[in-house]
This record gives sequence, structure tokens and C-alpha cells, in this order.
Amino acid sequence: MVKIKSILTRLKPGWGLIPILAFLLLWEVSARLNWVPGQIHFPAFSEVVKEFINLASSGALGDNFAASLFRVIVGLTAGSIAGIMMGIIMGWNELAHKTLNPIISLFLPIPPLGWLPLLMLWVGINNWLPITIIFISSFFPVLYNTVAGIKSVDKDYVKVSRTLGASDFKILTTVVMPLALPIIFTGLRLNAGHAWRVVIAAEMVAIPTGIGALMLRAESLIRIDIIIVCLIVLAIMTFLFDKLFGFFENRVTARWY
Amino acid sequence: MPDIELTNISRHICSDINLKIDDGELMVILGPSGSGKTTLLNVVSGLTEYTGSVAFNGKKMDGIDASRRKIGYLFQQLVLFPHMDVRRNIAYSLELKRLPSDQIEARVNELLKLTKIKHLASRYPKHLSGGEKQRVALARALALSPEVLLLDEPLSSLDLQTSKYLRMELRQFQKTLGITTIYVTHDLAEAEEIADRIAIIHNGKLQQVATPDEVFFFPHNSVVSDFLGAPNILVCQSCRELEQGVVEASCGALSVIVAHEGNSVNRLAFLPRDIFLSDNRPPGPGVNRFEGYITSIQYTDDAVRVNVDVSGQNLVAEVPYHLFEDMGLAPGKKVYLIIKLRRIRVYDCSCSEKHKTGHFKPGMTAGVNLAGSVHDEILQAKKLN
Repeated sequence: MVKIKSILTRLKPGWGLIPILAFLLLWEVSARLNWVPGQIHFPAFSEVVKEFINLASSGALGDNFAASLFRVIVGLTAGSIAGIMMGIIMGWNELAHKTLNPIISLFLPIPPLGWLPLLMLWVGINNWLPITIIFISSFFPVLYNTVAGIKSVDKDYVKVSRTLGASDFKILTTVVMPLALPIIFTGLRLNAGHAWRVVIAAEMVAIPTGIGALMLRAESLIRIDIIIVCLIVLAIMTFLFDKLFGFFENRVTARWY
Repeated sequence: MPDIELTNISRHICSDINLKIDDGELMVILGPSGSGKTTLLNVVSGLTEYTGSVAFNGKKMDGIDASRRKIGYLFQQLVLFPHMDVRRNIAYSLELKRLPSDQIEARVNELLKLTKIKHLASRYPKHLSGGEKQRVALARALALSPEVLLLDEPLSSLDLQTSKYLRMELRQFQKTLGITTIYVTHDLAEAEEIADRIAIIHNGKLQQVATPDEVFFFPHNSVVSDFLGAPNILVCQSCRELEQGVVEASCGALSVIVAHEGNSVNRLAFLPRDIFLSDNRPPGPGVNRFEGYITSIQYTDDAVRVNVDVSGQNLVAEVPYHLFEDMGLAPGKKVYLIIKLRRIRVYDCSCSEKHKTGHFKPGMTAGVNLAGSVHDEILQAKKLN
């Protein structure tokens, strides 16, 4: 046991790559030796990489990826900004909170994709459909976290700021908002990954472009390799978005928490 | 600096409080938890609504926001802004006033120097010790040169030694700046050490406002007395100096020897827990040793209080429960009491020279004029106490 521990310690910090490499090796071997049951050919990892290069060089992957990325960025940004703004109002103003909270509580449990049929009729089947879905999927959790973040700030900070001469606006912007940031960032991080899952689902259902649409077309052509390429892109983007927000959060709050 | 006058203040538990704090005075609000101390501070600061009136230098402050009352408020939890380093914490109020940056810089440096934390300027609160945080909070509260300083149990989270040291420093700052200060605590020792006057509050009502000595020796009522630990108070009729720093005071039928610099003793006070009670005649020196009969027994949360009649004078001694059970004490039983010499507090006012009956004359060597046995006993008693 002690020996294993010392080996793991020596392998740091890149030891986490070893299980991934082992998994890829197992995948490659099992696909080549036809260990995976079923009628459809299961592609080896090397075939998936080859298809990734094909899709990337033909521009198909890039175009669809760009379409999905655009939707995620626009939807996530708009939803987060709206959620934060509304969250600040509700978190800071008790009257606003008491007025709006019942309505928000009503809408919060609805899964984002549940809005899809309604939005197809209202928004139409176009680029705005997945953007709106992502907006909704980001808005409510960010709002919820922002309200929670602002309400979690110890009231003594508000009191001490007031005795130091701060106006309500200054207290909000210089004390309460910064102190609420860690909880707000938690909401943003969760939503960043969630936005990619939502966009894929929305594109699969109704939109002809994007990673989700590419996956759906690959499914109809029984191209498992393309589906896996898309899933890997999705996993990487979810991971990167999470890390990106984690990085920002760390930059902002690491020194003081 | 202004004086502060509270008139008929009512808020939450506090009801009908009238209090005047003089210009430059350090007033300690002393009381148990939940007695309304912090509420009173919040009223003075304007952080809470209230009925009644608060006036600084005769000018009514009611309806004026906390941000415009020119107060510095040190909270119990200190509440330093965790997202700002020490320098920014202190500069915060100055930045809000939009002062020129060189003025802010100069003022912050001055405060860093005053509170001896210049070396911590770029640290964040999470990297500060309790004492350091306390200094930063004080510097921040003083940044705008407030006219009134409000301190809400600022030392309660510190260890005893740091707390004692910082208490003295706080007192020094307060004296140097001459700032009118209200200091809230539940700690009697802390209050006595730092206060010009103490206001004792209980269940939202002011019980007594007086100097620390007056509070201890002349408690207005049983609430105050109980809060102080129900001290035995002996009124003394005469005293004689046995040697330098040692006085024998005659208080009714009791003759008590006390360590006291001076030649007059008006009252003596000592807490029930500072009396040893024994059902057997204890060995050792006979200084401040009395015998009497138990008149009654009271059971409190922490200990048993035994009332003993000593030559017509009632003394209350405290016995821990675990000892009480083994002692078999009951009313009417004869017991022996020893008062801890060092724990006797002396109230010294204008005891006239005629009461002084000692043989001590200036220039004589201390102890020469004492009977040897008494002198030895005092020395032994001092050691034992």
C-alpha cells in the first residue's frame, strides 16, 4: 500500500493521464479484436481520430462546431447576464424578491427542453431556437445562485460599509457583489457545461446545423465514428468551459478565500 | 468630540433608556448576552430604527443615516472585507469620500503606523491573526477621524493575553485621540480595566451608571450585585496602617487586613468565591480568618452560596457542589472562613486622619512597628493567597 502511494506521488502531476491512455488502448484493442458485441462495426480509436481529421479538413466539423459554439456563447452570455441582473435585484431588494420569487419558483423546475415545442411555435425553427433554449437553461440557475450569493453575504458587511459612509449602490457594487461572486461562479460553471448538453439536444430535434445535427445525420448513416467524434468534441468543450470559468473564479477569489 | 445623549430610547429588548456620555469619555455598556448592548450601539450608530432621541453635542441625530453620523464602528466579528487587502480595507471609507489619492495614501500610512501594522499593508484578511485583524478593523474605523467610536466586544474572539494587551492599546488610542467611545462587553474585568464609567444593562433596562469602583462597592440593586458576582461589601469605620501597603480595617465587628496603599478605607468588597469555607478549623496563619454560624444556604447554577453570620455580620461564601456534598453543611453549623487577601477590593474615599491609629510614622522602616507574629502571618497569608 505504501509502495503504491509512493509511486502515485512520484507520478504527479501527470498521473491522471495514465487511466485515459489505458482506456484508449483498451478501446483500440477491443475494437480491432471485435470484442464489442453487436451487428454494427464499432470503430477503433485510431479510426475515430482518422475521421476527426477528415471532418476537420473537409470543414464539416468546423462549420457545425462554430454554429454550436456561437449558440452556446450567445445563449449562455445573455442568459447569465439576465440571470445575474435579475438575481441582483431580487437578492438586494426584499420587495422584488417577495414579488418575483413565486413566479421564478414556478418556472424553475421546468426542464429547458420542455420549452422546445412551445418555442418552435413562437420562435420558429431557426438559429434563435437553440439560443433561446440555452438562455432559459442558463437564466434560472444563474438567477437562483445570484440570489443565494447575495443573500448569503453577512449583514454585518452591509452595516460596517454603511458606518464607513457607503451608499446602498456602493455597498452593493463594492462589497456585496464581490462577496457573492464565489456562489455566482458556481452557478456559471455548472451552466457552462449544461449549455453544451442543451444545445446538442436542441440541434438534434430541430436545427439542421451544429454538432447535434451532425450527430443525428451520422446516426441515420450509421456512422458511429462520426457520432463518437461529436461526443468527444462535446466532452472537450464541456470540460474546457468548466475549466475556463474555474480559472476566472480562481483569478478573482483565490487571494481572499 | 461630542457628548452623546440618549433619551427614552426603546428598541427590541431595550426600553426607555436614558444615558449621557461625556465628551471624550469611554463608557462601557456591561451586561449579559441578550441584554440589549448591541442594540444600543446600533441605535447610537443609526443602523437600526428606534423610538426616543439620540443627540451628539445636543444636535439630534434621529433620522440621520449611519453613513453621516461620523462614527467608527468596530463589530464583534470585525468584518474585514475579505476581497480587499489591509491597505484597501483602511482606505475604503476614504475612497468613498473621493479624496485625492495622495491624501488617502498619507492617511492610510498614518493609520498603519498608529496601529503598528505597516508590514501587513498588502496582506489579505485571511492571512492575518486575530490580533492583527483587530488592529486593521480599528484602523479602518478610525480612517475618517470619527467623532464617536463604537466597539462591540471587539476582543471577545482573542486569546486572553492578546486581548489584555490590545485592551490597553485601545485605551491608549482612545485617550490619545480623545474620542468619545462606547465599548460593549459582558466581561466585568474587561470593563473595569478600560472604563471611565460603566453602564450596566439587564433585560434592556439600564440598572446603574457609575465608575467601576462605584458600581462594585455601591451596586444599586440585586441585579447589579448578582451580575458582579454578589460581592460581600463591608462598611468600614476605621483603619490603621500596619506597614507600607498593609492596612487593618475595622468593619463592624470584623477586623480585616488588606493590601492597600493609602491610609483610608471606606469599604471592602470580595466575592463569595474568594472566601474559603471549612467545617474544620484550618491550619495556617490567622489573618482574615473568621468563624461563624451558617444562617441559610442558596443553590445557584454553578455553586452553593452559604450565608454565614460572623459576629453579627453576614458573609456569603461560595462552595462548589462537589465539595458541598461532602461537607454536610446545614443552617446552624459552625464554620470557618478565610478571605483571600489579594482578592479584597478596597474603596478608598475620605476616611479621616482620626481613624488612623497605626504606629507608622514616615521614615520608619516598614514592618518595624508591627508585632512580629502579625507580620509573619500577613506574609504567610500573602503566599497562601
